Amino acid sequence: MTTSLETAEHPEKLRRVAIDPVSRVEGHGKVTILLDADNKVHQVRLHIVEFRGFEKFIQGRPYWEVPVMVQRLCGICPVSHHLAAAKAFDQVLGIEHLTPTAEKIRRLMHYGQIMQSHALHFFHLSSPDLLFGFDSDVAKRNIVGVAEKYPEIARQGVLLRKFGQEVIRITAGKRIHGTGAIPGGVNKVITLAERDELLQNIYQMIDWSRTAVHLAQQLHEANPALYDSFGLFRSSIMSLVGNDGEMDLYHGKLRARDEDGRLIFDGVDYQDYQKMIAEGVKSWTYMKFPFIRSLGEKRGWYKVGPLARVQNCDSIPTPFAEAERRVFIDYAGGVPFHGPLAYHWTRMIEMLHAVEVIKDLLHDDAILDGERMAHGERRREGVGVIEAPRGTLFHHYQVGEDDLVTMCNLIVSTTSNNQPMNEAVRQVARRYLHGQEVTPDLLNHIEVAIRAFDPCLSCATHALGKMPLEVTLLDAGGCEVSRLTKSAAGKFCA
Amino acid sequence: MSKTFTLDGKTIPFKDGQTIIQAALDAGYYIPHLCHHPEFKPHGSCKLCTVVVSGHQTASCTLQPAEGMVVESETEQLNAERRALTQMLFVEGNHFCPSCEKSGDCQLQATAYHLGMMTTHYDHFFPNRPLDASHDDYLLDLNRCILCSLCVRASRDVDGKNVFALAGRGAQTHLIVNARSGRLADTDFSATDKAAHVCPVGVILPKKRGFAVPIGERTFDKQPIDAYVDSRLARKES
Ligand code: SF4
Ligand code: FES
Repeated sequence: MTTSLETAEHPEKLRRVAIDPVSRVEGHGKVTILLDADNKVHQVRLHIVEFRGFEKFIQGRPYWEVPVMVQRLCGICPVSHHLAAAKAFDQVLGIEHLTPTAEKIRRLMHYGQIMQSHALHFFHLSSPDLLFGFDSDVAKRNIVGVAEKYPEIARQGVLLRKFGQEVIRITAGKRIHGTGAIPGGVNKVITLAERDELLQNIYQMIDWSRTAVHLAQQLHEANPALYDSFGLFRSSIMSLVGNDGEMDLYHGKLRARDEDGRLIFDGVDYQDYQKMIAEGVKSWTYMKFPFIRSLGEKRGWYKVGPLARVQNCDSIPTPFAEAERRVFIDYAGGVPFHGPLAYHWTRMIEMLHAVEVIKDLLHDDAILDGERMAHGERRREGVGVIEAPRGTLFHHYQVGEDDLVTMCNLIVSTTSNNQPMNEAVRQVARRYLHGQEVTPDLLNHIEVAIRAFDPCLSCATHALGKMPLEVTLLDAGGCEVSRLTKSAAGKFCA
Repeated sequence: MSKTFTLDGKTIPFKDGQTIIQAALDAGYYIPHLCHHPEFKPHGSCKLCTVVVSGHQTASCTLQPAEGMVVESETEQLNAERRALTQMLFVEGNHFCPSCEKSGDCQLQATAYHLGMMTTHYDHFFPNRPLDASHDDYLLDLNRCILCSLCVRASRDVDGKNVFALAGRGAQTHLIVNARSGRLADTDFSATDKAAHVCPVGVILPKKRGFAVPIGERTFDKQPIDAYVDSRLARKES
C-alpha cells in the first residue's frame, strides 16, 4: 500500500484514506484521500475500472461487428457506445451525411437513451438522497422509501424511464444489445403502430419532465447554502455543440470553455480531436487522463456531462428546455456555475430536451420509411463522438484493407470526469472529515458527491441500494487507523 | 402403395434410398439436426439427429428406414442427450451470440433454443482460432465452426473446387482452406459458390453486411427452427 504518490511534494508526510467499493464484479472504483502532516485533506484519487482490455479485444474483429460488440463494454450506457462506434465507421465508409431516415432513427434511439438514463439516475439513484437529506435514515433512503413518501414522483420516474426504454427497443430492435445502427445507416425504421403508441403518451412525458426540472430547481432554491457550495470546484468544460452553438447531443463540433466561460476552442471537427485533447498516463493506474493540450496536463482537465453541456451551448433548440436553461443561467447569475449538485438540475433540463426532441421526431414521417443506408469512399480511419448521458464519448478506429480493426481508442465520459470527481470529493472531505475517524457522515457525503456526476461504475448504479463503499484510514506508513464499510443495503460496519 | 415406417407413433411414407430424416422432413416432421442438408450426402458427425430404432440409438441422417420400422425421436432421454451435445458444441468453439452477426439466423443457436438449453453447462475451451479476412468478399471466423463439413461437401460436390477440408482427428479436427498459404484469398473460392451459402453457423460470412437484417425479421425471429421442417427453408441463402 505504498504506491508512490507522484503529485505530492512530500509523500512521506502524507496519510492515506482508501475508500473501496466492496462490489468489484463489474465497474468498480476506489478512492484514496491523502492527508498532509496536519491531517488536512491534501489530494483525492478516484480509481475507476479501465477499458484498455476492451480496446485490445476489438482489434482483429471485422468492423461491421464492432457497433454491436462494443455494447458489451458497459452495461450502463450500451446504446451510446453502439452509436459512437457506428458514427466512427460511417467515417471509415467515407460517409459524411446519413440518409434523413437513418439520421432520425439514430437520433430517436439516442434521445431515448438520454431519457431513460437521466430518469434512472435522478429518480432511482439520486432522489432518495435529495428528498430525504444526505444523512437521513439509510433504511428509508432508497427508491422504495420515495415510493412510500412521494408515490407520484416515484411513479413518474418509473414511467419516464420505461418510455425511454421503449424508444430504444423500437429503434434498436431490443432494449439491450440491439442492432439498429450499422455502419452507414440503420437496419430498420419504425412502424405506424409503434409511433402511434409512443405519441399517445409523449405529452404526458413532457409534462412530467418539466415537473422534474422544477423539483431539482426547488432543491437548490430551498437550500442554496448547501446546494451551491457542496463539493464546489472550478474547472474548464467541454462538449459537442451544434453548428449554430445550440445543444445537440447526437452530433456537432467540439467546444471547450475555461472556468470563467471564455472559449478555449470552438468549432473543432472531432476527426481532429487529438489536436485538442491529449491523454496523460500515470504510474499508478492504467486509466488515462484526458486533458486540453493548450492548457497542459496539470491544468487541462475538464468536466463533461449535463452541467458542462447546458452551460457550453448558446441555446437549447426546444422551447420548454430552453426556458429552463435560461432560468438556470439566471440562477447562476450569468457566470459559469460549478457546484456539482447542479448536475442534477441540468440533467433534468436535458431530459426535458430529450423528450421534446423525441416528440418532434415522432411527428416526422422520415422515421417510418425511406432510404436506410448511405454510401461513400472507403477510408482507413474514423472517429465517432457523441454526447452520451454522462458526457462526451469518443470512439476512434483504424481498419485494415482486409476490413479488420487494427486500432481502437476510446475516451469514455467517466474518464474525462475522473479529475472533476476527485476535486469534488476532495472538497467534501475537507468539509466533513474531522479528526482521524471515518464516520458514516463522511462516507455518505462522499457518496453523494460521486453520485452527482453519474459515473458509470456498477457500484454507483446499484439498482436499489446504496453505493457499496469501504473507507480505510491509513497512516503515512500504510497502517490502518480506522475503517468503515457500507454495504449495498446501506448497513455500516467497522 | 408407398412404404411407411412410424416415427413417434406417426405414419411416415418413404421412397427407396431415402434416409429416416429425409422422409421425416418431407412429411413435415422435425428431427433436430445440424450436419444434415437435404442437398448433400450424409456426414453423420453431429449426432443431433440420433433416434432410437428397435432399442438402439442411430443417426437418422444415415440410416434408411425399412417397411414397418418403429422409430422414436421426441423422447425426454434423446432430447437430453441432444441438449448435452449442443452444449458441447458451444463450449468447444467461441460462440458469443449477442455480438454475432449470425444471431437469429444461426442453426446452432436456434437448435439450442429448441432444445431448451439455458446454459452451456460445461467449461469453455476458449480455443484460439484466428480469423481469415484475406478474401475481398468473404470472411472466415473459425471461432464458430462446428465441423459439420457442409462447406466441404458443397465445395467438393457442387462447386467442384475443394476449397475446404477437415484436417486432424478427434478433438484436434479443424477446418482448413486448401491453399499452400492456408488463406481463402489464395483459392478460387467465390461469392457465388454453393459453399459460400451453406454454413449453418457464423463462419463463412459475406463481408460488410453484418446486422443488415433487424431483430424481428431474422430467420428464427419469425418462427422457431422446428417450424421450418423442410430444412432448405431454414438456411438463409445469403
Ligand atoms: S465452416 Fe460452417 S459449414 Fe464449414 S464445417 Fe464449419 S460450421 Fe460447417
Ligand atoms: S444431422 Fe445426423 S449426424 Fe448430424
